[in-house]
Amino acid sequence: MDSNLSSGSSAATDIVLGPDSFKPLRATEDTQSITRPSLSYWQDAWRRLKENNRAIVSLYIIIALLAFTLLGPFLWTADSSLSDVDQISQPPFADRSATIVAPFKPWDITAEPASTSGLQIVDTPTTQSVRLSWEAMSASTNGYRIYRNLFPTGVERALGLPLGEVLPSQGTYFEDRLDLQPTHYYYTVVALGENFRETTEFQHTEIDVTRVITADEAVEKGLVKSADGLNPGTAVNLTWHPLGTDYLGRDMLARLMEGARVSLFIGIVAPFIFVLIGIIYGSTAGFVGRGVDQLMMRFADFVVTLPFLLFMIVFKLVFDVESGESGIIPMLIAMVVLLWPATARLVRGQILQIREEGYVDASRLLGAKSSYLIGRHMIPNTMGVILVTLTFAVPSAIFTEAFLSFIGMGVAPPTPSWGGMCNEGIKTMQTTPHELIFPALLISITVLAFNMLGDGLRDALDARMRSRE
Amino acid sequence: MWRYAGKRLLQGVITVWFIATATFIAMHSVPGDPLLSDKAFTAEIRANLEAKYGLDKPVFPNQYFTYMGNMLKGDFGISFTQQNRLVNDIIREHFPVSATLGILAVMFAALGGILWGALTALYRNKLPDIIIMFLVILGISVPSFVFAALAQLGLVSLNGLAGRTVLPVAGWGSVSHMLVPALVLGLSTMAFLTRLMRSSMLEIVNSDFVRTAKAKGLPPTRIFLKHQLRNAVLPVVTVLGPAIAAITTGGFVVELVFAIPGLGRYFVEAVQQSDYTVIMGTTVFYGAFLVFMVILVDLVYGLIDPRVSVE
Repeated sequence: MDSNLSSGSSAATDIVLGPDSFKPLRATEDTQSITRPSLSYWQDAWRRLKENNRAIVSLYIIIALLAFTLLGPFLWTADSSLSDVDQISQPPFADRSATIVAPFKPWDITAEPASTSGLQIVDTPTTQSVRLSWEAMSASTNGYRIYRNLFPTGVERALGLPLGEVLPSQGTYFEDRLDLQPTHYYYTVVALGENFRETTEFQHTEIDVTRVITADEAVEKGLVKSADGLNPGTAVNLTWHPLGTDYLGRDMLARLMEGARVSLFIGIVAPFIFVLIGIIYGSTAGFVGRGVDQLMMRFADFVVTLPFLLFMIVFKLVFDVESGESGIIPMLIAMVVLLWPATARLVRGQILQIREEGYVDASRLLGAKSSYLIGRHMIPNTMGVILVTLTFAVPSAIFTEAFLSFIGMGVAPPTPSWGGMCNEGIKTMQTTPHELIFPALLISITVLAFNMLGDGLRDALDARMRSRE
Repeated sequence: MWRYAGKRLLQGVITVWFIATATFIAMHSVPGDPLLSDKAFTAEIRANLEAKYGLDKPVFPNQYFTYMGNMLKGDFGISFTQQNRLVNDIIREHFPVSATLGILAVMFAALGGILWGALTALYRNKLPDIIIMFLVILGISVPSFVFAALAQLGLVSLNGLAGRTVLPVAGWGSVSHMLVPALVLGLSTMAFLTRLMRSSMLEIVNSDFVRTAKAKGLPPTRIFLKHQLRNAVLPVVTVLGPAIAAITTGGFVVELVFAIPGLGRYFVEAVQQSDYTVIMGTTVFYGAFLVFMVILVDLVYGLIDPRVSVE
């Protein structure tokens, strides 16, 4: 206070008082004119949202996801259920060249000289067949057992997949034609002793198998137009799979697109329906009030307490998804039945607040009907909160779908969904991680984008809930 | 206080009754036949079995009241698919596993959430804050089964590097089996609590009593511990009830991936085998557990925060 006074007195010495100083000020029209365009609530919210970079980026991501889901299948027309047996569990950008070979001819082992130096590969090892020949082992009284492994035989002596047994009368030859893939294989032959028990004597080798295809197969699969000029040794390219294939050789990109349709359909439609039901239920309860309100909300309270995931699974039983059905609609219904009360509570609370507002009284005084009050004043004023709830409901619905499909209680195979694809991918995550990574990545991106957009919308629409940064 | 507790408990009992009834209705509208198995029954055997399980009587009121009466006595019946096995035995055997895992996960989530949240608020907009908030976003948007899978991969390579089993990859038994699954299970809740704790902390930092404490010249650690942390923790405690619910039912995935013999995994198996009594028993048991957990947390909240009037 003291400093104010002193500065005031010093300033007073500079002012020269005259008749002009005592003219009354007139209120000019300028003070009343609006210099900026008036913004409605939604325009203002949109302006605030646009300032939020994270929300806008999320919005673009969501638009891109929707485009991926809706337009993608027109651009990438591969059949998502077609199994490409030549390319099982191939990662993206895998080598897809194959060499043309002559059709398979049975192995004439009588013309084959016996191996003299351990386990030998006869002919070129191809995906058509791998021919093994080994030295006779002294411990073998009952023949041999042949193993194939994808990994080196470690200290645990993990030999891998037992391919078959060769009786003493069949000599020391074995032809492997079982589901051969163009990778590196480790073969082990173990001598079988008494009672067909494995002895400690074994022979071991490792090989690279090359991918081959016959000319007829290439034509049949549509890789080339005709078999003319396809001499053995020519290279052809197998079908292109941009994101690789899954464990049944199905195109990952096509499956991800179809899975997106399932996951996003559930993730977006289910929240829409239960939020709509919640709005109707909550606004009725809030508007009617008194006993009806008490009764309705008590019922909603009970539904809230039902353990959500358990009941989702129980509902699956109730709807009895038969084989061949995808189980999407039962899941949708279960979600709607269990999740509407949260919105109903929220809307009711808002309606109770708005009901006491002056403008509602004024409107009622002017003779507005109840339906008009609800439609014109109450719903539009709760719209912001509802939109935020809806945005946050989408990621949790997507999560629920993924979660249930992952434990095998959701969308039934072969219908792809992101959760179901994760479930299939997790089994082979050590050898072919791309089968898990792609669907998991899509789930994460979608959930993240909707969460960020929800945060942005909340900040833009509702001043009271604005988060502190 | 006691009146309030009594009221809440009564509400809880009614809620459990509602859950039991809803489960009963749901399970009785399941199409198919609980006695349908691979074995072909003669009409006589069938009639006897139906009489044994009470299936020959009308669903309402007889079956309903028998079911409710048995449940009041704490008897959930006999498993349909596993001969001579009581649902009570199944729950008694598998629930402690799930509960241990759940409690450990809640502890991880709560401690981690409070710690990280407080840290981010202290280092607001600095490097630790940015890093932790990035991890929080990951924790919220990556599904738990992906974390579970990654954790398993990590364990495999850890054991491979060490050349011995440092932490087992799957299974159940010792504490070393529990640590990683519990951490994975608590991860998303921890992320959520960190966010909550951060905003709650930031609100407290600007409050009057913190300014007063600073003005009095209290040492910063004392202000942090006594004034900020203690008050900021309160909102975290309120969401702990629903968090416990989310963690215990969310255990399905973790139990499945880590091959833990918990009730969640058993429930999924029971559903796959249409084991009606086990499904009903487990649902009601879980429901009751969750309802009373939420009530307990609310009561505890009333005790630790004197501002909350429990009337």
